[in-house]
This record gives sequence, C-alpha cells and structure tokens, in this order.
Amino acid sequence: MARKEYAFYPGCSSQKGASASNYLVSVESMCKTLDIKMTEIPDWNCCGASISYAESGELPRIAMNARNFALAETNLPGQDIVATCAACWLGSRESKERLEHNSGLMADTQTALKEAGLQIKVIPEVRHMVEVLIEDLGYDELKKPVKKPLDGMKFAGYVGCQTNRPFGIAGESFENPMYLDKLIETVGGEAVKYDQKVTCCGGALAFSEPEKAQGQIKDIIEAAYDGGAEMIVTPCPLCQANVEVYQGQINKRYGTKFDIPVLYYSQLMTLAYGGSAKEAGLKGNVVRARKLEEFAAK
Amino acid sequence: MSDMNTQMADRYKNNFLKEIEEQAEMGEWVKMCMQCGLCSGSCPTNFHTGWDHPPQEIFMLIRAGKREEVLNAQGMYMCTSCYNCYVRCPRKVPVTHVMHGIAEYAYRIGRAPKNQPSMHLSKTFWTNATKNGRVNEVQLTQSLYFKDGIGAGIKKAMEMQSVALGLVKAGRLNLLEAVGIAHKCKDVKGIHAMLAKAEELEAKNKAAKAGTTGKE
Ligand code: SF4
Ligand code: SF4
Ligand code: SF4
Ligand code: SF4
Repeated sequence: MARKEYAFYPGCSSQKGASASNYLVSVESMCKTLDIKMTEIPDWNCCGASISYAESGELPRIAMNARNFALAETNLPGQDIVATCAACWLGSRESKERLEHNSGLMADTQTALKEAGLQIKVIPEVRHMVEVLIEDLGYDELKKPVKKPLDGMKFAGYVGCQTNRPFGIAGESFENPMYLDKLIETVGGEAVKYDQKVTCCGGALAFSEPEKAQGQIKDIIEAAYDGGAEMIVTPCPLCQANVEVYQGQINKRYGTKFDIPVLYYSQLMTLAYGGSAKEAGLKGNVVRARKLEEFAAK
Repeated sequence: MSDMNTQMADRYKNNFLKEIEEQAEMGEWVKMCMQCGLCSGSCPTNFHTGWDHPPQEIFMLIRAGKREEVLNAQGMYMCTSCYNCYVRCPRKVPVTHVMHGIAEYAYRIGRAPKNQPSMHLSKTFWTNATKNGRVNEVQLTQSLYFKDGIGAGIKKAMEMQSVALGLVKAGRLNLLEAVGIAHKCKDVKGIHAMLAKAEELEAKNKAAKAGTTGKE
C-alpha cells in the first residue's frame, strides 16, 4: 500500500492531449517517487471554472461540483479530493463551503443530484496538490528523494491568484506566499526575488480581452527577468499557459524579446528526483526549457 | 407580457437594492459595503480602459437606486476572478462573487451588452463544459500547439514559437468550441437531467422571491 492515498480530480486541462497534460505527466512521476497513490474520481466532470458564472447560475454550477463529491465519496470513501488545477480546487472548495453553510442550497442540490442517481452524505475535504505535498509530507520528506539538485538555476516562483486567493495555503500570506519559493529551494534551485509573484495574469480574459491580459502578463515576465530569473515556475495550469503561450504576441506588440520557459513545480521535482525529460513532460513546454533538457540528459 | 427586464423593474419598483439582494447571487452583501475603495484600488483591470465602474462604484450606484447606470455598466464583465478585492475587503464582502452575480443577473434579464467578449466566453465555456461533462480547458491553443509539436518532430524553439503564434491568431473562440467533443463523461445523460433540475429549481426560487415582493 502507498503511504498516502487520494481521490484525484485532474480537471479538464490535465487530461491526455489537453493543455496541461504535461502537468499530469510530471505529477504522476512525482507521486510515484513520493509513494502517493492518486486514484482518479470515476467519471468526474468539469467544475465550471470561474468564467462560467454568467451562463451557469449558482445551483447548476454547485450541482456539477456536488456530483464530483458524491462520486468521490461513493467510490473512494474516506479519501480527500486532490486537485492539481487552481481553478478546479477553488470551484470545488467554494461549492463545499456553500453547501455546508446553506441547508436550502444543500436540499436543492440533493434533489438535482437524484436525477443523476447520486446523493451526498459527507463532502470530502478538497485540497490542492501543493497542500498535500507541504502539509501531509512536508519539505523534509520532499527533499529526501532529491538525487540531482537543480544547483545554480534561478527561478521566479509565480503563484498567481487562485492558488493563493481566496483560500491559499494555510499559514501563508496573500501578499507574499513563500511555499513555491520553498519548493524551488527544496529541489536545490534558487528562488529569485521579484515583485509580481501574486499579480493576476488576466485569467480567462486572456481570450476575451487579449490586449488587457497581455499587458498584465508582460509586467509579470518583465519582473521575473529583472529579478534575474532564467525560468518561471507555477502551480496553476492557466497561469502556466497564459504566461507561456503569449510571449510571441507580446514581443510583437511591445517589442520585447521574451523567451522564458514556464514550468510546473512538479516538473522541477521530477527532474531533481532523477526523472527523465519525458517523465517531467518537458516536451509539452511551448517555450522549450533547454537548460533543463540538458540537465535531464546528464 | 412584457420582457424580464420590465417585469423585474415593475416588481421591485424603486427598490433596486432589494432587486439585487434577492435576484443576484450574493447580492445581499451589497449593503455591507462601507465605500472604502480598497477593492477598486486592488483590481488589476481598473487600470485599463473600458472599466467604467469598479466594484465600490457599482455598489454605491446600487444603493443609490441607479438601475440604468448599473445595468448599462461594463465593469462587472472585466472581472478576471483574481480575488484581490475579496481577500482585502475590510467588511468581508465577497466582492468577486457579487460582481459575477450582478453580471449574471444583467444577462438573465436581457440587459448584458450584446457581443461582450467575456460574456460570450462565459456562455461558450459553460455550454461546452456541460455538453459532455468536460471541456478542454480554455488554454487549448497550447494543447493544439503541443500536438503540432509532436507531429512535426523535433523543431527548433523559434520555429515552434511561430507555430504557437499562428494558432493563437487562428481564432481562439472557434478553437474553444471545437473541443467539447474530445473528452466525455460516461453519464452525460445523468448530468443533463441533473442540470435541468438544478435550473428549474433555481428559476423557481428566484421567481418565488420576486413574487412575494410583488404582492407587498
Ligand atoms: S477549472 Fe478548468 S481544468 Fe478545472 S475542471 Fe474546470 S474547466 Fe476543467
Ligand atoms: S494568475 Fe491568472 S490563471 Fe492563475 S489563477 Fe490567477 S487569473 Fe487564474
Ligand atoms: S473593499 Fe469592501 S467595503 Fe471597501 S469599497 Fe470594496 S466592497 Fe466596499
Ligand atoms: S476579482 Fe474581479 S473585481 Fe475583484 S479585483 Fe479581481 S478582477 Fe477586480
């Protein structure tokens, strides 16, 4: 038996062939090394994400999340739900809180769930992967399997919004959370100081209001460079994609020369644990992390 | 029978605050605002053009009964759900959710601006997500790029970047609509039945509230 077991909620972006599939690959490698067993919630569905607010209405959105709770509870009793996507985590956790504090909402949700042949008894805890790493294992345990420290590499830990607000990681401040920096240091890298660690990248508005979002993304990347970072590291699939894929467009728009790789913490950990470029999902990075590819080959 | 907007305006007569409190998700929080302005100052989109009324102003206008100004405002559609305002508000107003709630209400009664890009995205996203139970996340430009990268074999970083650019320019919303097909839940039927019930109940609850007020 694995030392820890969780009900895994990968979310739409982390499915095979989806935008954060490299996140999934690296999380799987990392969990294998750490002896964490993640069992996918059978037939889980999308949380709705923040952006669906206008079309969905409250009850349908909560019902979608409640369905995941019921499926997890029924099929994986006693296990906490773990999400890797900040938005999935937020959507689920928010739903859990509202359901637990509003009996009318709970009753209506149960009525809706019944249509899908499900019901809720106790809503499992809903946690982010990072919480599990820090709280259930701790930095010391995370350090133990490090075979190849990422010596001399400089990273800007970009926490962004939704892994940080409104819930965040226990014991961390909203304005300057340190956990990502600590994770970077745990695997031997250097976490640079810069002033846009928790700035919003524009979220879903990168699609609907690209000029505004790209202005925000530009400030983030510029600050990372100014801080001396060679790479950016994030805990959120949407932050990752936003900060990575628009660099070309931003360069055109602003005459900048951005070409900075944007990684997941799980990719760094996989590599430091001795994993290959493939196990770390490095191929999935649009801006290739050449330095890490060479490092993995060594 | 008049449209939703007129019906609601009639029912709530001159009490727009009450209308928002009863009809908009989290609208009951508006009265807690003490107008300190911290939310507006924290908002990343407040620095852009097009943001006519930041949260604090919207809340002020609601309390002043400025129904038209609020329903015509663009501000609430600019929200990125960054939760800066939410964690900073000294009165614990869940500002993000109130902004979403007002946007949803304006949309429901047919008052959201036509062709508002974020509204369109919201609609497209939810429709896709619920069609098959799962959506390929909004950042699917990247996933398409990724596929292209594998198909094309090993390419130089710069070449790959230009492919990304091409895809980004190719029209993101169309790409977004194309994905719902890729990933599916098994019990799509159950999900649809569940959502239909949820929509029915929500509509009933809101109508009940409006009904009581109407009879007062
Ligand atoms: S937040 Fe995004 S990735 Fe997560 S379930 Fe919702 S749509 Fe999917
Ligand atoms: S930084 Fe951007 S993508 Fe990440 S959580 Fe915030 S808004 Fe979403
Ligand atoms: S921060 Fe809170 S109290 Fe202050 S203006 Fe905004 S909503 Fe009102
Ligand atoms: S959550 Fe929305 S309204 Fe609040 S600060 Fe962020 S963008 Fe502005």
